[in-house]
Order: sequence, then C-alpha cells, then structure tokens
Amino acid sequence: MTKGAATRSLNLGKINDCCIALFGGIYSNYLALEKACNDAKGRGATKLFCLGDMGAFGPHPDRVFPLLKQHQVICVQGNYDDSVGNGREDCQCGYLDERDNRFAQISYDYTLSHTSAENRTWLKELPTEIRFLWNGKRVLLCHGSPRRTNEFLWESTSSTAFLEYLAQEYQADIAACTHTGLHWERKLTGGKRFINVGALGRPANDGQTCVWYALLSIQSGDLKLEFVPLAYEHEQLACEMEAERLPAEFIETVRTGWWTSCLEVLPGRERKQGKF
Amino acid sequence: MDKATAPRVPLSHLDELWFQVGGTRCNLTCSHCFISCSPHNKSFDFLSLATVERYLQEASKLGVREFYFTGGEPFLNVEMVAILKRTLEFGPATVLTNGTVLRKEWLEELAEAEKRSGYSLEFRISIDGPTAETNDPIRGEGSFPRIVEGLRLLVDAGFLPILTATRVWKDEEHNATVEQFLELLLSVGCRQPRIKILPTLQLGAEETRTQGYSPSTRLSVEELEGFDTRQLVCEHSRIVTDRGVYVCPLLIESRSAYHGATLSDALGDAVLSEGACTTCYQYGALCANPSSALGQKGITGGGAAS
Repeated sequence: MTKGAATRSLNLGKINDCCIALFGGIYSNYLALEKACNDAKGRGATKLFCLGDMGAFGPHPDRVFPLLKQHQVICVQGNYDDSVGNGREDCQCGYLDERDNRFAQISYDYTLSHTSAENRTWLKELPTEIRFLWNGKRVLLCHGSPRRTNEFLWESTSSTAFLEYLAQEYQADIAACTHTGLHWERKLTGGKRFINVGALGRPANDGQTCVWYALLSIQSGDLKLEFVPLAYEHEQLACEMEAERLPAEFIETVRTGWWTSCLEVLPGRERKQGKF
Repeated sequence: MDKATAPRVPLSHLDELWFQVGGTRCNLTCSHCFISCSPHNKSFDFLSLATVERYLQEASKLGVREFYFTGGEPFLNVEMVAILKRTLEFGPATVLTNGTVLRKEWLEELAEAEKRSGYSLEFRISIDGPTAETNDPIRGEGSFPRIVEGLRLLVDAGFLPILTATRVWKDEEHNATVEQFLELLLSVGCRQPRIKILPTLQLGAEETRTQGYSPSTRLSVEELEGFDTRQLVCEHSRIVTDRGVYVCPLLIESRSAYHGATLSDALGDAVLSEGACTTCYQYGALCANPSSALGQKGITGGGAAS
C-alpha cells in the first residue's frame, strides 16, 4: 500500500452534531462560499467542512480566507492548496492535454500571485484528511481519494468493488471527497457510503448556474444525505472575473453552467452530459 | 540487464485489470505493432467469456477499479459483445479496437448495456494518420476509410470514441496532425473530440520498421529513486492472457513479464528489466485513459490510511 509521505490527519474524535455541511472546491468563489455557509446554517448545520481547493479559476483568492475563519469552516488540503502553499510549479491536476494545461496554468499563476504569504502558510499546513466518529460511523474527509490528494474519482469509472476496497483499507464508514467537482453517491455494503460532495467553485457542467454542496444529517438514527443546489451572485462573479482579465472561457462557465476547459480527464459518460 | 539487478516495483493495488481478449489475432498487420499481431499470429488465443468471468470475480474481490480489453482485435472474438456486457455489471470497461470490424447492432446493444450499468464503456480507436496517405502505410492498404466508418458507427450509437494514435509522424508535423485528427472526428459527427497520442514502442514489428531497444536501454535502480512509481503501468495493473497472467500489457511476449497461471500468483513485484520499461518511465500513464491517468506530475503526498 502506497502511503503518502506528507499525510497529515486531523482527528476530531467523536462529534455530536445533528447536521453537518460538506463543501467541495471553492476555487476562489467567495460569493458562493458566503451563501453556502449561511444556507447550511439555515438548514441546521452546526459544523461546516471544506474538502480543499480554496483557490483556482475565480477572482481574488484572498477573499475566501476571512469567510472560512468567520464561519469556522474546518478544511482539508486540496492539491491546489498544497501547490499554492508550497509555491509549486503547477496545480498538480496532472492534465495531459495541451489546451487544458494552458488554462490550468493561467488559473494557477493568477491564484498563486494573488494569495498572500500569510494565507499561503495557512494552506501549507492544512491536514490532508479529517477523521471523526459520528453517530457510530467512522467518517473520513479527503480531497481526491482516501489514498491520493489528486486522484480523480469519477462516478462512472469507480467500480463499487474499488470503493469498497478504499472504505475498508482506509477504515471509513462514510468517505467523502471533491476533486472532480461533480457530486454523486454510492451506497456500499454494511451501510457504508462513498460521497463526492461536488464543488462550490463552479457549476456541475449541467447547464445550470447553481453550484452544489452536501448536507448530512441524522434523522431517526439514520444518516440522510442531501445534495443542495445553491444559487449565488454568479453574474457578479463573472463581472469580477472579467475585471481581473481571467479567461473568457472560465467566465462562460460561470454564466452558462457548462465546463469549457479541463475536459480531457472526463470519462465519456460524464463528458457526454456536458456541452463541450 | 540481469533480472537480479533490475529495479523492482511492488503492486500497490490492482487498479486496472487488462484482458488480452483478442489474443494476437488481428485482421490488420500494422507495421509498428509491438506484439506483431496479424491474421496468422496465433501465439496468444482469444479469451472466452467463461475465462473473463472468472477473472472479473477474482479481481472484484481484490477491489479492482476498471477493466481494459485489448488484442489483437478484440471484436474478432465472437464473444466480445457478451464479454463487455458482463463486464459492465462489475465496473467500467475500455476496449482498444482498430474499429474496422464494428457492427451497428453490436454497438446499439452495448450502448444499452452501458446505460443500464452506470459505468463508462470507452472505445479507443487506433489510427495512425489523419489521411489514407499517412495512415495506410502503417495500418495497411484500405484501412483508413474502414476506421473512419468505425468512428462514425460509434458516434451514431452515442459513444465518444477516443482516437488513439501512435506518434509515427515528425515533430514538425505534430500540431497539424492533431488538428487534422480533430477535424476528422468532427467530420463524423463527434462534437466532443478526444485524442490520445502514444509513443512508439520499439518492440515486435516496430523493431523491423525502425529499430529495437538497444541492450543498454534499461532502467537502473538509481533512476527509480525519488520517481513516482505510480506512473508505471505495472505498479497498479496486470494482464490476463490465455497463457496466464503477465505484469504489463506491452510485454506479453517477454518471459520476464510472466507472473503466473492465476491472478493471485501475479501480485508480486514487477521487475523492470525490459527496454520498453524505459518508455513507460519516460512518458508515464502510458496505457490508461486520461480519466484514470495520474498525470506526469503526480502529487507525492495525499491522504493515506492513518
């Protein structure tokens, strides 16, 4: 078993909340983050988590951090956070397609140069996974997969046998990740569940401008998962991205809900659901 | 290189199980084929549905993530449609085909099976030039229009084929060639074109077309130090053939790559003693689909079991 040399696990022990919110990649979308914090609290969430990738894609990365602190969001380190925190060369998404890499680099260079030294230090020190015991279940929050921060777990290319293996090997009854930015859930044996919480940073490539997060609550002793669509001031975000001279392709995604870049890594099934 | 001194790579986990489902039998005789497949090469035979089924069961117990099917030409195997339909009940499947023998009714049946399963069924269509003039010298006279027809059938059935080309053109021709491939896909109605470019492997027929690996082209233990071995196919894959299980889909003709009669016999370390290991080392993520590739610059940290 490959064990990451840089694994930092934050164990919260046992938590007693009735409802928690899991946010995926924020990608500098501070407007959606603020909306999501208030929306989740309004729905009864008493703990908020973010599964990593605070920056990328959107404008003004430093506007995310005060909100995370104000709302006491407990955060996992994503590959972007590792890159920005350590000043690495790229975002470590590992794209092979030239066009995807070009856009990824524009996004990364902008984010790196607009993140303060203080925030970079904070990102660098984030845990790579969070664990806690909740309602008798072992919960594991990670970014890509339990074994690798930048592993893509797509719904259509992750066999149930593989997800069962990950849950067993990494000792989780509930495992949650975000990296691909598309939300889905797989129910496993023995009441185990594998969840991709989606992303706050950009829409789900479905032609809608809303973004998604996951709300988990205990109802009559059972765990209930709800994927919450979240409308936010996407036109304001698009205008701010224009003012920052971010690529028109990114702004089109915010305004239309269709992904325009980083498409090569999508499996055929997920790709067909999008426009490009 | 002496096997005893060659670098070794443990299998971290069986992420991908490959099947040499078409054996070495192919209706084409490509001049760069790394296992010299042809209508007459019977050194590896077809895999039956029953054999595949047995390995699907065994691999699933090991937590396999996805399945790949190659040959030879997989669709010369009369059970291929049934094999893919059964596989989609276990997990995602990818088939590497030359596209020249596909039939509309097979693809419609498979499209239905994919829809039912929830997993992706990917088709990688091999082609080596965007025109008959550039493709046919490699893949054979008259193959180009048949490949294009295969692409069209796939698109019509609702699939998004991954056009897969070996880089047999000159560096200065690369951008124009990729552009022409994109146009080709658009011309058959594929509005979301996908392309995978592979390096040549100096094995099999390619040794005659250009040249083989020199005996000194081997990886050293030092070269593996600090290298992210997850880039290597053998770190997370095995391949089933009718003659047993091998460590690498590229090396089924190498004795050193044979790992045993069953999957459980084949989970030991890979020995990187072949010239082709240097190509895998150099390019990384060689055989996987882009959706499963870990990229050239994989992160070394990441969440692991506590």
